[in-house]
Amino acid sequence: MATMRYLQAIRLAITEEMERDPNVFLCGEDVGQYQGTYRVTEGLLQKFGAMRVVDTPISEIGIAGLATGSAMAGLRPVAEFMTWSFALEAMDQLVNHAAKITYMSGGRIHCPVVFRGPAGVGTQLSAQHSQSMESWYAHTPGFKVVMPFTPADAHGLLKQAIRDDSPVIFMEHAGLYGTHGEVPDDPDHVVEFGKAVVRRKGKDCTLVGYSRGVLMCLRAAETLAAEGIECEVIDLRTIVPLDMDTVVESVCKTHRAVIAQEEWRNVSVGSEIAARIYEMAFDQMDAPVERVAGADVPMPYAKNLERAAIPTDSDVVAAVKRTLA
Amino acid sequence: MAKTVAERSSEDDIQRQELTELYRLMVLIRRFEETVYQKFHEAKIGGYLHRYDGQEALVAGIIPQLQLPGDYILCTYRDHAHALACGTSPGAVMAELMGRATGCAGGKGGSMHLIDPENGFLGGDGIVGGPVPVSLGVGYAIKYRGTKNVCVCYFGDGAMNQGGVHEAFNMVGLYKLPVLYILENNQFAMGTSVSRSTAQPDFVKKAEAHGIRGERVDGMDLLVVREAASRALDHIRTTGEPYFLELNCYRYVGHGIGDDNTKGWQTYRTEDEVAEWKLRDPIAKLRDTMEARGYLTPEQAEKIDEEVREEVHAAIVFAESSPEPALDSLYDHVYS
Ligand SMILES: Cc1ncc(C[n+]2csc(CCOP(=O)(O)OP(=O)(O)O)c2C)c(N)n1
Repeated sequence: MATMRYLQAIRLAITEEMERDPNVFLCGEDVGQYQGTYRVTEGLLQKFGAMRVVDTPISEIGIAGLATGSAMAGLRPVAEFMTWSFALEAMDQLVNHAAKITYMSGGRIHCPVVFRGPAGVGTQLSAQHSQSMESWYAHTPGFKVVMPFTPADAHGLLKQAIRDDSPVIFMEHAGLYGTHGEVPDDPDHVVEFGKAVVRRKGKDCTLVGYSRGVLMCLRAAETLAAEGIECEVIDLRTIVPLDMDTVVESVCKTHRAVIAQEEWRNVSVGSEIAARIYEMAFDQMDAPVERVAGADVPMPYAKNLERAAIPTDSDVVAAVKRTLA
Repeated sequence: MAKTVAERSSEDDIQRQELTELYRLMVLIRRFEETVYQKFHEAKIGGYLHRYDGQEALVAGIIPQLQLPGDYILCTYRDHAHALACGTSPGAVMAELMGRATGCAGGKGGSMHLIDPENGFLGGDGIVGGPVPVSLGVGYAIKYRGTKNVCVCYFGDGAMNQGGVHEAFNMVGLYKLPVLYILENNQFAMGTSVSRSTAQPDFVKKAEAHGIRGERVDGMDLLVVREAASRALDHIRTTGEPYFLELNCYRYVGHGIGDDNTKGWQTYRTEDEVAEWKLRDPIAKLRDTMEARGYLTPEQAEKIDEEVREEVHAAIVFAESSPEPALDSLYDHVYS
């Protein structure tokens, strides 16, 4: 085990997979010479050369096409979007091409590509740069959608993503890049998709999160524990595939659930999980499922409005209390 | 016919007045940018911050020639200068940067999304290439109404590699729309120089490939920019057809605040290169020209500098004493 930052864990995963498989290559804006906008890809150009670490123009359609086409032709690209906000430019390549080619071909072709980059909200980046859009991809059949919370998961899930034969949407959180954690030394450490993990045990209420939403849940659980309320915190790790077994098992014990996410509330991951809880465990619930989510507005710039638009652990605390009322 | 002494001297007066105003505008932009940088480091301003230092002539040489309101302006996130040139008060710009209710977008937009529709300024855009497809629609609306107005659309060299830009160029060329494209070629797109991003760096050729006339112009010289823009605007207003100007310039500071803080810019350029470009500083150049023509004395330049400092200071005082947006305005303006 080595302790490292989330962004270093991502860099390590890319490095190890590039060392393991010569078909893996990296492309994106300023990933090489500039050493990465967030320094995630620092040193990789020097290590692997320009054929395997490709600096692209600001052409997201081009990046997505480079990745999709080369994956269809047998390579295993890892394409970086400088942030997920800019992937919107590439939506057609992503949704109509990468996500569908396996199905449209009757399984005759694979598209083993990873699209990765920072997502998440905050730091006053305002409407066009501060948003979380995982449900756009989760909505599209064909994508696996991965959102790690810890450095170990960032490492293991990214390695799994690179080895997976399907297109994977890998959303990092810029606000987690600096967080520390232990990462296994094993170069074959992978984390299986569709296996949620219980980050904290509890009997009173189930808190479901992913990415930085888990942090909201853990902090809320801490606060509530001081008041004698024991929450169980589940980190989904992957939105698609979605591990409902772990969620349902937990709510059968707690009979209450709060889902915490940064993305907008309307037609979101939380909506889906709530619906599935009702489908799978309706008679187990002692209270309506609560959702803590981003305000349904384009992200405002002003600090006070931004604070009001972004969900926090105190919103989770309040939601838990509503389920117990 | 030879001009009389009186005619010559009144032309001189007009030139003097006009150039003095443009000089003042450039100084205002420079001081404003230096000040917001400071204010960012005092944590009074958040988010991203992209400065225009070194590129002032691109705005001062063009926007004051426009008929505002009537004409329209679109630009990138590097937009403080454009707002100031459109006549947005420095106080409203500063207040926006500080996220105050009195900001030009009520505090909702921030640095990248300054806007002032009443002055024809349709806003900064955080998405590289984003304003260019929008300019197509604005140009169409002008043509639709049958006025002689123009849409001026600014964007960067990096944006030239966005697909949407080329779709828009083709359609603007096809429909013959009154749009003036200003390519702010400051040589870099974040950490990537033009030569590392662009297979065909002759940007004028690319515009021409879409049926848009164009030319390359020295963007470090206000008089040259002004003259080229004047011709381009005349052409657009008389023919209704688009025009493209590639203005070569240099951004003195990092791409944005992050690049400045991490010294990321050291990966793509040398201090010598920056120093060399600064020798061509557009403000110093205009001052020299004006002094040589007897339009400006060092004392007058000093006075302008002082007045501008006061103006920027007043903007800060205004912004800092303005309230934050009301919390219950969070859900306002999602819909009209
Ligand atoms: C579609 C999109 N991709 C990436 C970015 C991130 N980004 C912001 S500015 C920038 C560089 C743009 O360079 P250029 O167009 O030359 O304009 P400049 O910043 O030099 O004025 C990049 C890559 C973005 N905002 N939008």
